[in-house]
Amino acid sequence: MALTKLDQLYRAVILDHSQHPRRRGVLDKATTQIELKNPTCGDVIQVQLTVEEDKITDVRFDGSGCTISMASASMMTDAILNKSVDEALTLVNEFSEVVQGNKPEHEQELGDAMMLAGVSKFPARIKCATLSWKALEKALGSDGTGVDGQLTHD
Amino acid sequence: MTVPYEHLREDFKILQQHVNDEPLVYLDNAATTQKPEAVLKALETYYHTSNANVHRGVHTLAERATTQYEGAREKVRRFINAPSTAEVLFTRGTTTSLNWVARSLGDLIIEEGDEIVISFMEHHSNIIPWQQLAKRKGAKLKYIELTDDGKLDMDDAREKITEQTKIVSLVHVSNVLGVVNPIRELTDYVHDKGGVMVVDGAQAVPHMPVDVQALDADFYAFSGHKMMAPTGIGVLYGKRKWLEKMEPLEFGGEMIDFVELQDSTWKELPWKFEAGTPNIAGAIGLGAAIDYLENIGMREIMDHEQNLVAYLMPKLEEIEGLTLFGPKKASDRTGVIAFNIDGVHPHDVATAMDMEGVAVRAGHHCAQPLMNYLNQPATARASFYLYNTVADADKFVDALKATKEFFIHGLD
Repeated sequence: MALTKLDQLYRAVILDHSQHPRRRGVLDKATTQIELKNPTCGDVIQVQLTVEEDKITDVRFDGSGCTISMASASMMTDAILNKSVDEALTLVNEFSEVVQGNKPEHEQELGDAMMLAGVSKFPARIKCATLSWKALEKALGSDGTGVDGQLTHD
Repeated sequence: MTVPYEHLREDFKILQQHVNDEPLVYLDNAATTQKPEAVLKALETYYHTSNANVHRGVHTLAERATTQYEGAREKVRRFINAPSTAEVLFTRGTTTSLNWVARSLGDLIIEEGDEIVISFMEHHSNIIPWQQLAKRKGAKLKYIELTDDGKLDMDDAREKITEQTKIVSLVHVSNVLGVVNPIRELTDYVHDKGGVMVVDGAQAVPHMPVDVQALDADFYAFSGHKMMAPTGIGVLYGKRKWLEKMEPLEFGGEMIDFVELQDSTWKELPWKFEAGTPNIAGAIGLGAAIDYLENIGMREIMDHEQNLVAYLMPKLEEIEGLTLFGPKKASDRTGVIAFNIDGVHPHDVATAMDMEGVAVRAGHHCAQPLMNYLNQPATARASFYLYNTVADADKFVDALKATKEFFIHGLD
């Protein structure tokens, strides 16, 4: 039956992250936080970070969304914890390559997030996968000092 | 008339394909419908034999194009039983039609402190034009509540619509709940209070007989592409008494009588609203779509969709963890069925069903206030049309069950 093809998209690891997300919740003391919405599907994500001396020492996410967006957020927190701001921003770029079907340089660092490579075969769902990573990128800001606030993107 | 539905599908080449290795079951008709060969042929014939600009040429092709374009207007007039073609304006679609009313009528009659009344089940295109008008004029925008089974709360409607209400704009059939609203009853009430009644008919005209005189609405808007015509053509019906007072929103060629250096005069109705070269082929395609639908019969189409809904509902209600939105009774609704599977996001549902060849929509359906009202971030939605069959309904139920199984238990 045709649903077997769904395995490319919904690997067991992805379903596991979606059903048992890592670091879902709220930080008491976040140095930077952001909320991003995907207006086309109603997904909302909040990402909170504690950045100390250029290092991400803690991270939480919350929000509502599909399996792909929630799993991706969970995987992202695994990948960026204890990374420097620059390292995290590099991973954002790498992840965006992965979901477009390209091979990243730092496969190891992306960890479980590599499992989302199958999204490239489902173009309508790429935005679901990148939502939390975009939120992270906005939160860190290009100069690494971070921004507080609310943003939407399409 | 008994419609040979199994042969009817042959008129739609697009339906005869496989998607993700499965036969396509197209259930996104509330978004847009497929076009029969007859409509595509009408476009081709127009461009092969008659293409010219309308209303301004003396030559033979110009005359042919004008006759066909105005012939399409007459077909629309007859189809919705408008009193005259002067009251049938061609637009880009429902959105443009509603924007025209909100702009032109709104500027004419709305003053500070006036009320505009809509409902919680409106499409964004019947919300935002009124929001903008209310903001421009300092008017108040009020929303009619819904009942638990997704109908308009008529008691609340009578409460919200007052002597201060200048415009009421309501959807005839909801694009999410599928519910058919009692427009005539509401129109009478609005008129009693001295207001103007505007109706968004985008999900009604393709699916049931609509008689604008029987509804007595002052304005009625709909789109061609949701009734088998091409995209980019739509209709605004308006009562002559309003259209004559209203100012056009666009100025230029086609809509003028005499142009002087400092001022100009407008053509008579309906052309004073149609500036520039219109969507001639689109209008002709809409005429061909009306011929196609009338050949089957709008009553027959409505019955067919309600039969499908009546067949589906008990099967859907049996599925544990499935939430259905809108009235349960088939006779209260059209073939639009919004649903959610507990614990599975509608986007995941739509992707999974697509793998089974079943095209459904997922999202907020351009009705964010309704989603908030229903307390849902989004829903999935299947919407049926006359070319959908019982076999499609069965495939839909099977795909739904397989999808639920996949996300709850995984593939073993």
